Amino acid sequence: MVLAFIEHVDGAPTMLSLEVLTMAGRLARDLGVPLDAVAIGPKGAAASGILTSYQVATLHLADDLRLAEYAPAAWAHTIAELADRVNPKVVIGTASDRGGEVMAHVAARMTLPLAANCTQIAAGDPFIVTRQRWGGSLLEEAHLRGAVKLLTVAPHALTAEASPNRTEVATHSLAPALEDKDFRVRLVPQAGADSGKISLAQARVVIGGGRGVGSAEGFATLEELADLLGGAVGCSRVVTSLGWRPHSDQVGQTGTRIAPDLYIACGISGAIQHMVGCRAAKHILAINTDPNAPIVAQADYAVIGDVQKVLSAVNAEIRRAKSGHERMVTEAPTA
Amino acid sequence: MNVLVCVKRVPATAGQITLTPDAQEIDTRYLGFTISPHEECAVEEAVRMIEAHGGSSTVLTLGPEAAVDQLRDAMALGIERAILLETDGREWDPVATAAAIVEAIEAERAAGRSYDLVMFGNESADSAGYQVGVRVADALDLPCVTGIKALKISDGRVTVRRQTESGWETAEALLPAVLTVKEGLNLPRYPSLPGRLKAKKKEIERIAPQWQDGGLEKIRLKLPVQAEHTVEILGKNGDAGAQLVAVFQRLRLL
Repeated sequence: MVLAFIEHVDGAPTMLSLEVLTMAGRLARDLGVPLDAVAIGPKGAAASGILTSYQVATLHLADDLRLAEYAPAAWAHTIAELADRVNPKVVIGTASDRGGEVMAHVAARMTLPLAANCTQIAAGDPFIVTRQRWGGSLLEEAHLRGAVKLLTVAPHALTAEASPNRTEVATHSLAPALEDKDFRVRLVPQAGADSGKISLAQARVVIGGGRGVGSAEGFATLEELADLLGGAVGCSRVVTSLGWRPHSDQVGQTGTRIAPDLYIACGISGAIQHMVGCRAAKHILAINTDPNAPIVAQADYAVIGDVQKVLSAVNAEIRRAKSGHERMVTEAPTA
Repeated sequence: MNVLVCVKRVPATAGQITLTPDAQEIDTRYLGFTISPHEECAVEEAVRMIEAHGGSSTVLTLGPEAAVDQLRDAMALGIERAILLETDGREWDPVATAAAIVEAIEAERAAGRSYDLVMFGNESADSAGYQVGVRVADALDLPCVTGIKALKISDGRVTVRRQTESGWETAEALLPAVLTVKEGLNLPRYPSLPGRLKAKKKEIERIAPQWQDGGLEKIRLKLPVQAEHTVEILGKNGDAGAQLVAVFQRLRLL
C-alpha cells in the first residue's frame, strides 16, 4: 500500500495534499498496490467525499481530541504507529511547513531515510527520486533506500488531477497510544493573531517590490494596487535587508513561496533565489526600467519603465474603470 | 545558559548555478562560501542570548577542513567555541549528518558540557533536507520546534512565533530543546575587525566522525529545464495603464 498523509482544514484537503494524492495514486498504480490516506484531527472524516475522486481505498482517521491542535511529534507518532501496523511500501506527505515537519518526525521515529521536496519518483529497488535543492533552482537525482520509502512532494511539482471515476472510500479509526512527551511542543492560543489581511501564500494576486521601488515610502503605490485588486504586497530579499519591509513580506528561497494567479514583480531584477519563491505563479508581469533584466525574460507580460510612473497610471486607470462601473450600476435603475 | 549552533558551509550562489562536468557538485571555482542563510540567524540569536542571559556558545559544523572559515566567521560574531566534524568533503545525507552531530553532543555531555539549546537553520540552503534538527532532537529525546521567526527565553521555557499560510502561530516548549530557525528571526550583525582578529587565533576542536550510509544517495545534480515562452511587452511607463487593466480583466482579477 501507498499511504498518503493529507493535511486538511475542517475536512477539506489542502491543495498541496491533493497534489500529493495525485503523485501517490501514480505510485500506487506503478507498484500495483492500493492507495490509503491518513487524516489527523477532528472533521477528517469529511475528507472522504473528495477522496472518492483520488482512488483512495481506505481513509485512516485519528480524531483523538488531543490531536485537534497541531502537535508535530504526536501527529508523527500516529502515522508511524499506523505504518508499523499496515506496513506500507511508501509513506508520502506534502513538503509544506507542517507536512515537512511531521514527515521528518516520522522518519526519525521509524529510523528511515526521507527524501524531501521530490518532484519525480520512480518506484524500483531502490527508488530513484528527483528532488529540489536550493529551493528548486537545482535538482538532485538520488537513490532512496529503506524498508518503507518516506517522501515529501515539492509544492506545485505537479497538478492535482481528480479522476472522473469515483470509488468507495472505507474509513478506519485510529486510537494511537500517545505519550505525554509527544505533546512537549504546545501551540499557545493567540487572540487577534489574524490581521485580517490576505496572506501572501493565499493571495490570488501578489504585487512584489524590489530595489526599483525606490524607498519604503514607494511601496504606497504597491499597497494601493493591492487594495484595488484585493491582493497582497511582497518584496525581494534586498528590500528586507534595506529595512523597507518586514521579512514576513519576503518572497523567495528563504521567504514565502507564493502561487498566485498573477505575480506583479515591480523593480525586481529576478535573481534565482527570488524566482524560486514565485515560480508557482500562473502568470508573471514584470515592471522594470531594464528590458534586459532577468525577470523580463521569465515573465509572461512586461512593462518597461519606472515602477512609480507605471503604477500611478494603472491605479488611476483602475479607479476610473471602477467608478465608471459603479456609475453604470447606480444609473442602471433609471436607464 | 549553554547554546550549541549547528551550521553548514554552502556556496554563495547569488548568480547562475553551473555544475561540475561529472554533475556531482556546483562548480565553485568562481564562488565564495558562506554559512547557510537561516543558520546565520541562528548564530546571531545565540550571540544575543548569551549577551542577555550569560552562559556559553559553541558552533559546530560537519564538513571539510575548509569549513573552518565558517566556524571562524561565527566566532568573529561572538561565538566562543568551535567544533569541526571533519569529513573528506563528500556529501553526508541527513541521517548520517544527524548521527554524527548526536554523537558529538553526547561526547560533550560525557565531558561535562550539556546544552540548554541546540539550534539549526530550518533547512540548509544547498541540500534542503528539512530534517537534521528533528532527527537530532528525536535521538536526544528533546522537544523540537521548527520554522521559528521569533523567540523568547524565560523561566526555563522557550516561546516562539512561526509564520503559517494564514498568519502566525505561537508555540512553546521547556528547555532543553532543539530549535530550527528561519531567516527573519533577526538581522545578523557584521563581524568587527577586532572580532575577526580574535577569531583567527582561537583553537578549533576537531572530531573525525565515522561515515555511514544514511539511505539517501546522490546520483547526479541537474539544472531545471526552463520552459520556452514568449514575453508580451505591454508598453512603456504610463502608456501601459490601459493595457495592464485589460490583462487584469482577462485574468479575472478585476
